[in-house]
Amino acid sequence: MTTLTDPPKASFRLSMLLYDTRYRSTTIQVIALMGFMLGAAWLINNVAVNLAAAGKPFTFGFLSDASGYDINQKLIEYNSQSSHLRAAVVGLLNTLLVAVMGCTLATFLGVFIGVLRLSSNWVISRLAAVYVEGFRNVPVLLWIVLIMAATSHSAPQPKDFRGDNPSATMKIFDSVAITNRGVYFPEPLFSNSLGDVAMFPDSSTEACEAYAAESDDDKVIKLAKSCGSFQISLDLIAIGSVFIACLMISKLVANRASQIQAQTGVRPTVWYLRLGIVAIPTIITLWILGFYLGYPELKGFNFKGGIYMRSSLLALWIALSLYTAAFIAEIVRAGIMAISKGQSEAAGALGIRPGRTMSLVVLPQAMRVIFPPLISQYLNLTKNSSLAIAVGYMDVTGTLGGITLNQTGREMETILLLMACYLIISLIVSTVMNAYNERTKLKER
Amino acid sequence: MKKSVFLGALTVASLTAGIAAAGTLDDVKARGKLNCGVSTGLVGFASPDANGKWEGYDVAICRAVAAAVIGDNTAVEFVPLSTKTRFTALASGEVDLLARNTTWTLSRDVDLKMEFVGINYYDGQGFMAPKALGVTSAKELDGATVCIQTGTTTELNLSDFFRANGISYEPVPIETNAEGQAQYLAGACDVYTTDASGLAATRAAFENPADHVILPEIVSKEPLGPLVRHGDNEWGDIVRWTLNALISAEEFGITSANIEELSKGTENPEINRILGTEGNMGEMLGLDADWAARAIASGGNFGEIFEANVGEKTPVGLARGLNALWTDGGLIYSPPFR
Repeated sequence: MTTLTDPPKASFRLSMLLYDTRYRSTTIQVIALMGFMLGAAWLINNVAVNLAAAGKPFTFGFLSDASGYDINQKLIEYNSQSSHLRAAVVGLLNTLLVAVMGCTLATFLGVFIGVLRLSSNWVISRLAAVYVEGFRNVPVLLWIVLIMAATSHSAPQPKDFRGDNPSATMKIFDSVAITNRGVYFPEPLFSNSLGDVAMFPDSSTEACEAYAAESDDDKVIKLAKSCGSFQISLDLIAIGSVFIACLMISKLVANRASQIQAQTGVRPTVWYLRLGIVAIPTIITLWILGFYLGYPELKGFNFKGGIYMRSSLLALWIALSLYTAAFIAEIVRAGIMAISKGQSEAAGALGIRPGRTMSLVVLPQAMRVIFPPLISQYLNLTKNSSLAIAVGYMDVTGTLGGITLNQTGREMETILLLMACYLIISLIVSTVMNAYNERTKLKER
Repeated sequence: MKKSVFLGALTVASLTAGIAAAGTLDDVKARGKLNCGVSTGLVGFASPDANGKWEGYDVAICRAVAAAVIGDNTAVEFVPLSTKTRFTALASGEVDLLARNTTWTLSRDVDLKMEFVGINYYDGQGFMAPKALGVTSAKELDGATVCIQTGTTTELNLSDFFRANGISYEPVPIETNAEGQAQYLAGACDVYTTDASGLAATRAAFENPADHVILPEIVSKEPLGPLVRHGDNEWGDIVRWTLNALISAEEFGITSANIEELSKGTENPEINRILGTEGNMGEMLGLDADWAARAIASGGNFGEIFEANVGEKTPVGLARGLNALWTDGGLIYSPPFR
């Protein structure tokens, strides 16, 4: 018996596809793939045929038509004469806004609660457990609706602030107004504003003139100058770039301090230097731009001025954050518990205090365990934000998948677009997070 | 090659399926039940009573059609639909008929491929505000927060009205009338806007209806009517002429009280044609001779249905106004039964 025979040179026969083990698995895979493709083709064909039979050809032409409806919360210029596409973008930005705000708050809360749950203090760890079980075992929709109902029924109405002896007053030095329609904060304004710069300038000057004619006098000049797809505030860019530049210089100072520490073993005190490097140029920039706060004021039916955070955004943001934080807390707890006890004991033996042990020894290692499930929680939060319509928050499901769908009757197109939106957001988030995960994960050599 | 033959066969199969689905009349008869899309709950128009029995102005249309087609005005499956889901439900065949205070517009008729069979209520969009707000005209609403049901024509009208008057507003989109009512009563919005009839119906359900005022401006035309899918003309005809039969019945004085007697034959040939003792109207529609008699007997004639559900003696308290017969100075008019 020898194993070193030449491979048989027998000619290929069709039956070998089935009976020869070298080819059989490929055959099965090809057949399965063909079956799948046929199934998909049948589904697509069925949709196309039925849409054509219903007299609704598949087209995205409606996206350029005027939408005809208004949106309350808009991060870019939008009015009822803008296109459906722009309405979808406004909705998408609202989705992203609540997703970013939600992920941030959920992370802080989640890490905090997760650490508390491991506390040796019985009361604190039990309370954290109650929080986790309470939030993660009730559907998030109910939390959203509950928080919305609580704000619209318990907070004072704008009219309660009126009169000589109002039943409600503004909080924090008369700067913040909490109403059942939302919260008004002071907004940063600049008296020597640099203006806005238009992105993708619009050639149709008519639209610009229409904007300018409709807006208040003080805004006319600004708007007439810049009519594009959207505007970016030059003030923001100026402050941002100064701030980032200062941060980088401050980082250099820190690096130098670390170098000195490495050479001499003594770390020079540089925190006041770093604070000064960051704070002074930023404050000077703000001063040059004429920074001041615009306070909300009760005018007519509602407060005017200031940053208006609608109760719908508030309810959605808080509910999503509290809900997701419960899951993140469990992930953090699991991550910390995955780190061998010997690590903290070793740190303790070196004389490191418990707080620093947690932040310098345990958490950095736990992050590797925490990160992958954390990504999926971020994705969940983003997707859960589509429940926004329950409280009338105009996210992309509310504009594109709600009003636009209804007014144009293009269910198939809008829903496909909507799915593509969420898919793209999720893929971007997971790509970024995976890249970070790749960078921080344990390097095995 | 094989694939294209397969797909071709599938295309033919789905086409024939499409044709089979077009025969709504046969479907309804075979099912023995009419699937009727109604509002999720609007007092006077469509709402379940304490026993879970649906009643209302729109519900009466569903019942009349069921009586005409199936012969039993209780053989109706009521499907509550939100403003957002209604057209999809009708287009997909989930309901045979949509009687859900829906405004007849060109784009819905043409682009959404719906078929409005008539108008059963001439309405217009209005605003409701608390009396304490001290507003007397909608033009004073600059900067107001307005609660509005999303996915409705009112949303577009609202935008047009405020733009035309050069005033601003803050829309608060809501899903259902019940939610709108809750938000409005909590003061989360200053005014609530929808069709004037809907406002009256909503106000009727308030604890203190007198504390709220409906502003005089009617900012749009909202002809409300039942609708069916585009492309099934036989079924559309049946619903259209059932509605017309109810209107004609009022015009010719056929009521639920005297219909028995009139069905035996009268001097008036038009009444005889409606009630099927003369001519073959029912046969033309693919129904039997006394289809219209059953439809009228189901809930009374147009006027009776109006008075019983939304008329001045009901909590909703709507005057006939534009919805009186043309002979009484209104717009309700039926083509002749001939």
